[in-house]
Amino acid sequence: MQALFSFTPEELAIVWLSLKVAFLCVIIILIPGIAVSWLLARKSFLGKSLLDSLVHLPLVLPPVVPGFLLLLLLGNQGLIGKHLHSYFGFSLAFTWMGAVVASAVMAFPLMVRSTRLAISQVDQNLETAAQSLGAHPLKVFFTITLPLAMPGVITGLILAFSRSLGEFGATITFVGNIENETRTLPLAIYSYTQIPNGDLPAMRLVILSMILALGALMLSDRLERKANQKIGRQTHE
Amino acid sequence: MIEIRAKLQRKHFKLDVSLQIDTRVTAIYGPSGSGKSTILSLIAGITQPDSGYIAIDGECVFDSESKLNKPIHQRRIGLVFQDGRLFPHMNVEQNLTYAFKLNAHQQQLIQPAEIMQLLALDTLKKQHPHQLSGGEKQRVALGRALLSSPKLLMLDEPLASLDDKLKQQILPYLKLVAENIQVPMLYVSHSKDEISQLTSEIIYLQKGRVRTEY
Repeated sequence: MQALFSFTPEELAIVWLSLKVAFLCVIIILIPGIAVSWLLARKSFLGKSLLDSLVHLPLVLPPVVPGFLLLLLLGNQGLIGKHLHSYFGFSLAFTWMGAVVASAVMAFPLMVRSTRLAISQVDQNLETAAQSLGAHPLKVFFTITLPLAMPGVITGLILAFSRSLGEFGATITFVGNIENETRTLPLAIYSYTQIPNGDLPAMRLVILSMILALGALMLSDRLERKANQKIGRQTHE
Repeated sequence: MIEIRAKLQRKHFKLDVSLQIDTRVTAIYGPSGSGKSTILSLIAGITQPDSGYIAIDGECVFDSESKLNKPIHQRRIGLVFQDGRLFPHMNVEQNLTYAFKLNAHQQQLIQPAEIMQLLALDTLKKQHPHQLSGGEKQRVALGRALLSSPKLLMLDEPLASLDDKLKQQILPYLKLVAENIQVPMLYVSHSKDEISQLTSEIIYLQKGRVRTEY
């Protein structure tokens, strides 16, 4: 039993890498996620349904497909990747930063779904009221729309974070399974199941995954409740 | 002074008005669907007429000929709606100061402390909108609109969602505002009784047209 909870430095490094990837993923999708959600919730424009479909595509495709497309696009020989590589000596494929990009693509639709719904539920009459008091539309967004949509934004971010922690298919296709570089929790668990005597370390990583997932859910619940209280909405205990 | 000439054609509704309003408190009266609220929407910039000209206090805010259309936030209109529309994430004091701070650079019509005293909001200032009664909400909405230092205060059936008892409690506050604050008021209602307590200047609207002006 004790062996299940005595985590080795390598295992903790895997957790650290996964957390780093997930946090950065959430940070890079935060602003584009809110912007796209606002566009989809509030504006009508040519190509809106196309944008909507594109955003949601990673949710319905097998994750290997976005991973492969990322490789074609951002790989060292890829459409954009080769320029990044030749001009800046910078490559995303097979690096942990690439893992962030892969998770971001996969987590983006979850962030947008939740945030978009929250924004579309904000009473537009309140926005008009703020405008009539003299608030510029941008001011209205930051002082009325966004605070009132905050519970949905938080849910979206936690969903994205969890999605990123669990990302497997797109990550392994785009950045491989390189120890200390791109081997995040799910990839490590998978790797351990492929070697003899790997069950125990795999089990330890499973326990760590569960702790992280539970932590994220509890944090999400707490933050959401706080955000709801702040906007005067009752939450059910 | 408010000048409005506007034409607006919708599927089941046509508005065609030409008005010059230069009285302190003016009521727009008419049955529902007569276009009362539409006129307020046009003046505020929430709705755009198909053609016309709108000026508030001598300043043109809409002119279809010169393609001028000032956005809502630049028109300096104080609006009080039937449903209050208080910001649910802010308490009473924050709702009031939101309007005040936005217009800090303008010449202030009235200070937050004066409004709280005038409308008896002092004891409510830390409450959130969901903790307020309908009448209290409307008092805050009225105060908030005034704190934006508007050039024109427009009230769109502000008492319609209140019962008779509450109406009688709010009307004195409206009278107080009309008597004490130097801002023209446009009051939309379908209740003659309410209007008669506030003003004798009434514009009668029917099917999108002005019928009698006196």
